[in-house]
Amino acid sequence: MTLDKTPIGSAVRIVSIEGSDILTLRLMEMGMVPGAPARVIKSAPLGDPIQICLGDYHLALRRNEARTITVALSD
Amino acid sequence: MSAATETLSGTRLHSSWSRDLRQPLTVAVAGNPNTGKTSLFNTLTGLRQKVANYPGVTVESKLGQWSVATDCLVRVIDLPGLYSLEATSLDEQIARDVLLGHAAKIAKPDVVIVTVDATNLTRNLYLATQVIETGLPLVVALTMFDLAERSKLRIDVQKLSDFLGVQVVPVAAKRRRGIDELGQAVLSAAAAGSREKPNWSFSIPNQNGAPSLSDLSPESWQELLTARYRWLEKVVAESTKNDKTQQPNISERIDAFVTHKFLGPLILAVVMLLIFQTIFSWANLPMNLIDHVFSALGAGLRTHSPPGILTDLLVDGVIAGVGGVLVFLPQILLLFLFITLLEDSGYMARAAFLMDRLMRAFGLHGKAFVPLLSSFACAVPGIMATRTIENPKDRVATIMIAPFMSCSARLPVYTLMIGAFFSGQKVLGFISLGAAMILGMYLLGIGVAIIVAWILKHTFLNAPSPPFMMELPPYRMPNLANVAHTLLARVGVFLKQAGTVIMAISILMWVLVTFPRASATVAGSDHAIQVENSYAGRAGRVIEPLIAPLGFDWKIGIALISSFAARETVISTLAIVYKVGDDSGTESTSLVAAMRNARRADGSHIWTPLVALSLMVFFVLACQCMSTVAIVRRETNSWRWPLFMVSYMLVLAYVASLITYQGGRLIGLG
Repeated sequence: MTLDKTPIGSAVRIVSIEGSDILTLRLMEMGMVPGAPARVIKSAPLGDPIQICLGDYHLALRRNEARTITVALSD
Repeated sequence: MSAATETLSGTRLHSSWSRDLRQPLTVAVAGNPNTGKTSLFNTLTGLRQKVANYPGVTVESKLGQWSVATDCLVRVIDLPGLYSLEATSLDEQIARDVLLGHAAKIAKPDVVIVTVDATNLTRNLYLATQVIETGLPLVVALTMFDLAERSKLRIDVQKLSDFLGVQVVPVAAKRRRGIDELGQAVLSAAAAGSREKPNWSFSIPNQNGAPSLSDLSPESWQELLTARYRWLEKVVAESTKNDKTQQPNISERIDAFVTHKFLGPLILAVVMLLIFQTIFSWANLPMNLIDHVFSALGAGLRTHSPPGILTDLLVDGVIAGVGGVLVFLPQILLLFLFITLLEDSGYMARAAFLMDRLMRAFGLHGKAFVPLLSSFACAVPGIMATRTIENPKDRVATIMIAPFMSCSARLPVYTLMIGAFFSGQKVLGFISLGAAMILGMYLLGIGVAIIVAWILKHTFLNAPSPPFMMELPPYRMPNLANVAHTLLARVGVFLKQAGTVIMAISILMWVLVTFPRASATVAGSDHAIQVENSYAGRAGRVIEPLIAPLGFDWKIGIALISSFAARETVISTLAIVYKVGDDSGTESTSLVAAMRNARRADGSHIWTPLVALSLMVFFVLACQCMSTVAIVRRETNSWRWPLFMVSYMLVLAYVASLITYQGGRLIGLG
């Protein structure tokens, strides 16, 4: 499952992140690494971007970028 | 290492305190955005700080002095926030270059203080480990320590320090907790000099100088990065103990309202309305006060000094000119107050979150929302705020449209025109026409900005939709000391400009209107003839054929020419042209009367409501601000963009003004 398709409110673990560009690098530097716990909080009123709780902080991300992140539901 | 560190090394710490430091230490404060970095900087330096521009580089960095001990002063640099040394935005590049000593003309810091948010350890430590790897003398300041304690997070500082191999000092900047300890740690780090680089398995192998992951293959950097996070997670797990019983996150509960599907946009609209309402109503009282003070000053000077050219210069040139501009100070203060409060509380990021989808429709980035909103105060800080936008094309597009946001310098122009020609009228029976027109001017600017952004993004700033990734920092009570510091700095910049650029233009305009003297007998007795024959009058005459289709005569032409340096000078120039600066009443009322009475040779009114409207439209769209041109030149590092901006905005302003005036005449207005 990719992060953009993950239902609001689900707790997940990051499995992998696709791509090798500067965005992927930055996402990983901000903690979006395999194994990291995350939670999908909500989407903005117009449906995009989405708000993710990653570790100890919150991150806004467009669905386009969220599509590159594969996650697995935790528990 | 620098000379200062060399002289320090080898001496005992406590003896080094009392010694005379001829070359003071330079300490850089670096850290992730929103980690209390600026709070810490303000606590360390107090009021001994200034916003400085380094020569040759686009760094607006805050410098301050910190008295670590009774006779030990340290220079402190507050760097822009950064997440990683792999810089992706201009702000981050600046911070990285200063840290690594790559910034032109800025010495490498002797000691780095890395702020690490105690409530968000893992991600903050990522940057800290990167800086540790550079071998720079370094101290970790554990900020927000009080917040962490309150949420029952217990941190074993010694253990953390052992893992990292550097000193870790918990601080609570607001309460001045840990500041003395931080000072000691900085001095001992300086005395110890450069450290041995740590031997971590996830460090980039064989690095020379700046470590860069981008030199490696994607597989290897992904592996190294993941390994670093694994290690950081272990460090955090072993050095913290979390007693908190999974209490609901306060920020999430606030977000339930603030970014709610329906409530969110509503709250945003109310916040923006409230800001503008406040600026228009609250600012009036202090503005009138300043206006009266300067009028009284001019009148007083006129009566108590001998008549002559020097008195004229002081009253009509300096006092009328500078006073006319200082009047905006209350509005500028209020606008910056709101923007700083929204920024510091964490609301701005939510606004960007709400607006991103809409902004993207015009080819812009959600992060452009903050700079554009700031541009309603002044385009200069707005344009500087675009540094957080990573994609250069997006950044330039945002810079290009920022001056369309009606800044506080346009307000007095609108106010004057509306006061003179549209006051006391109502639309639909209850809305004041003036308020509706001001709103209309703001909307005109926003509408044109959207169209221009769309065109730019579909022509030569064409680029794929940029990634949007932004931290939504926890809501925090704005630190009043920080807000006060920001406001003081902004007021300083504004006063400096009023005291230099605007005073110079006022004097220049006065000279151009006063010379050459018409003739000894006429001069002074007939002001109209004097102005007409002056240098400015001749220049106005020259451009009159060009601006006549917009409804402007040569006197308005003079004001237009002067306003290209700074919009607000249009009023002081009109005051000088109509010679109303020394009237006993307030300047604006007398200027209004003079404008209403001004007539052409055939007896028709020069100023009509339609002319005023045409002038307002021109002021919405034209880029009449030297400071904006200068900042665009600095931020884009070329003359191409500022020149393009001035020209296309001038063409737009001319065409829109022409349509307004000629169209208005066609339908029988004016």
